[in-house]
Amino acid sequence: MKNKIDLDNLRKENLESIPDMERRSFLKMGLLVTGAFAGGSMLSVISNIDKVFASKAEMREKYPYKPHYSMVIRQDRCIDCERCLEACSRTNNVAEYGYRTNILEKITPDAIGQKREFIAVLCNQCNNAPCVRACPTKATYKDKTNGIVMMAQEKCIGCKVCVLACPYNARYFNEEKHAIDKCNFCYDSRLSKGYERTACSEACPAGVRVFGDLSNPDSEVYKLVHQIQRPVWVLREETGAKPNVFYTKG
Amino acid sequence: MANGYKPLKVSTVVSGVAKSLDASFFAEWASVLRDLLSGSKSFYLMILLGAAIVYFAAMGGLDAMRIGYRHAYAVTREVPWGILISTYIFFVVTSTGLCIVSSIGHVFGVKNFMPIASRAVFLSIVTIMAGFTVIFFEIENPFRMAIYNLISPNLTSNIWWMGTLYGAYMVFMIIEFVMLLLKQHRLATYAGLLGLVSGIVAHSNLGAIFAMLHGREYWYGPYLPVYFIASAIMSGCATIILFTWIAYKASNREMEGPMKKSMEAIGKLCTMMIAILMFFTSWKLITGSVAGGGKVEAIRAMMAGPYAMNFWVFEVGMGMVIPFGLLLMSKWKDMRMMAVATFMMMIAIFIMRYDLVLIGQIVPSWHELGVSEYPQLLSYTPSLHEFAVVLGGMGMVAISFMLGEKVFKGHKSEDH
Ligand code: SF4
Ligand code: SF4
Repeated sequence: MKNKIDLDNLRKENLESIPDMERRSFLKMGLLVTGAFAGGSMLSVISNIDKVFASKAEMREKYPYKPHYSMVIRQDRCIDCERCLEACSRTNNVAEYGYRTNILEKITPDAIGQKREFIAVLCNQCNNAPCVRACPTKATYKDKTNGIVMMAQEKCIGCKVCVLACPYNARYFNEEKHAIDKCNFCYDSRLSKGYERTACSEACPAGVRVFGDLSNPDSEVYKLVHQIQRPVWVLREETGAKPNVFYTKG
Repeated sequence: MANGYKPLKVSTVVSGVAKSLDASFFAEWASVLRDLLSGSKSFYLMILLGAAIVYFAAMGGLDAMRIGYRHAYAVTREVPWGILISTYIFFVVTSTGLCIVSSIGHVFGVKNFMPIASRAVFLSIVTIMAGFTVIFFEIENPFRMAIYNLISPNLTSNIWWMGTLYGAYMVFMIIEFVMLLLKQHRLATYAGLLGLVSGIVAHSNLGAIFAMLHGREYWYGPYLPVYFIASAIMSGCATIILFTWIAYKASNREMEGPMKKSMEAIGKLCTMMIAILMFFTSWKLITGSVAGGGKVEAIRAMMAGPYAMNFWVFEVGMGMVIPFGLLLMSKWKDMRMMAVATFMMMIAIFIMRYDLVLIGQIVPSWHELGVSEYPQLLSYTPSLHEFAVVLGGMGMVAISFMLGEKVFKGHKSEDH
């Protein structure tokens, strides 16, 4: 078959044969994320997964959570209006001295044309969450159904090891809540009340933050991730946290 | 003693303890009380000074609780662990080290290490308590810890293991000390062994808290748990040498022969541990200088950046090179020179812990992303409230040490 992608061989190819560095690292990431989608059975985020792993039928794509909540950030669309941050603070009682999500600015001085980019960051609801492993009292835990990393506030002793453990600077201690506060994809404030999207996703005028169920082929996040025309990547992949927030451009 | 591992029976324990609680025991304690009341002026002055420090520290700590740690302490979202964590580590490293050094005599029966055992065990209890006190003022909800550590344990968490094992450790050490007082040497040995095991495992877990944070390159890897144990032994040796010297000086006593021998043996062990630590540190630098981006940044901050003075002057100079030289020169007989060396080491070790905790955090999480928000290394300077709590911990140790010398009569119970 012509369009069959042989990931195993692709990985072994030289750089020159793959024009797009980011795609390459995405593919690599795909393989890494794969075994890792904690349930261990999702093997690729590439659409033609069945063909790729035709030889290994037992390694069918299967997400460990249902719904498997995820967010795709269309990075190049962000204009730094920060409406998402306002919506988040309003919806989730975020302290004025803290934040659950943030917009970072990156400047590439020697780029031709546009030099500034804005990068939205938030909790990645990691599949292999370092914060969850480190917490002594299970005050932060991974929800077994939807994979969201939640807080059981009353159990939090405030040791802040999770703040150190998180590679994404996604946690802060909230004095009023007497516990760590972090993004939970608006689970308590919206999802559990029947809303389909997070506050930030809804507030964004530029459609940067696409939210949905990564395991549902009809959802937009599924379509954005399971394709190979545009690069998709994750942040700080090297930490092995297996994030569920993906980034894309174009 | 160490060869007396006969199976223990509850009845023998009870009758043994009861036997020690006879009239002479109480008479002894009455005399202790008399001693305490008849201390010299300078003794009371020192105690008063220590009490004042602890008092002001307690006020500082309580004030911090009142206004909220976010306002009182200099820690931030990006640098959530500061001098209180490093001071806690300093105390528990010292405690674990003292336990290890005391166990060489007390558990393993090496004769030269016996004279210091009682004082070392006592100090190890005092320092772990000081550590717990400091951490009490660091953790946001310490009371919840007692509950949820128990009913919602996370067995993959190093903090859980460390907290639980250090709790057990403290109990074992107290039992050991009481048994030493009651002259129940066999029981003391058992308790000492349990204390030693839990202390070492707890301590390596303390190292693992840092070593298992895979987003933090400076700490990540198997180095720290091993390093922590080695540096604990070094700290334990330095502490017991210094405090024994002070105890004898303060009470105007001449060191007895066995104690001199003991100091010599511990001094040698101390020197050897410094040498080992020198290797550890050198290889940490050498491997770190060719590591990935974040780690190289951290190592650079340590060697030539904001932490260079801490590193070269304190860690290397006062912590290793100078005391190493002094100890060699003292031939482990010149007590004053050994005291100077170990005093320097104590200061340096405190800074070592500080650097270890801070340098691991100064490279921002988003460093490699190259965003404008985090153009440089993060910084942290302890606040007054934090200093107050640190001083309080030290004051606690000082007072307890002085009272301990009086109450336990210079820890002479080991002269058997
Ligand atoms: S991004 Fe941070 S807070 Fe969120 S799950 Fe991962 S480690 Fe935990
Ligand atoms: S601060 Fe709270 S949530 Fe974070 S590790 Fe400690 S107890 Fe767990």
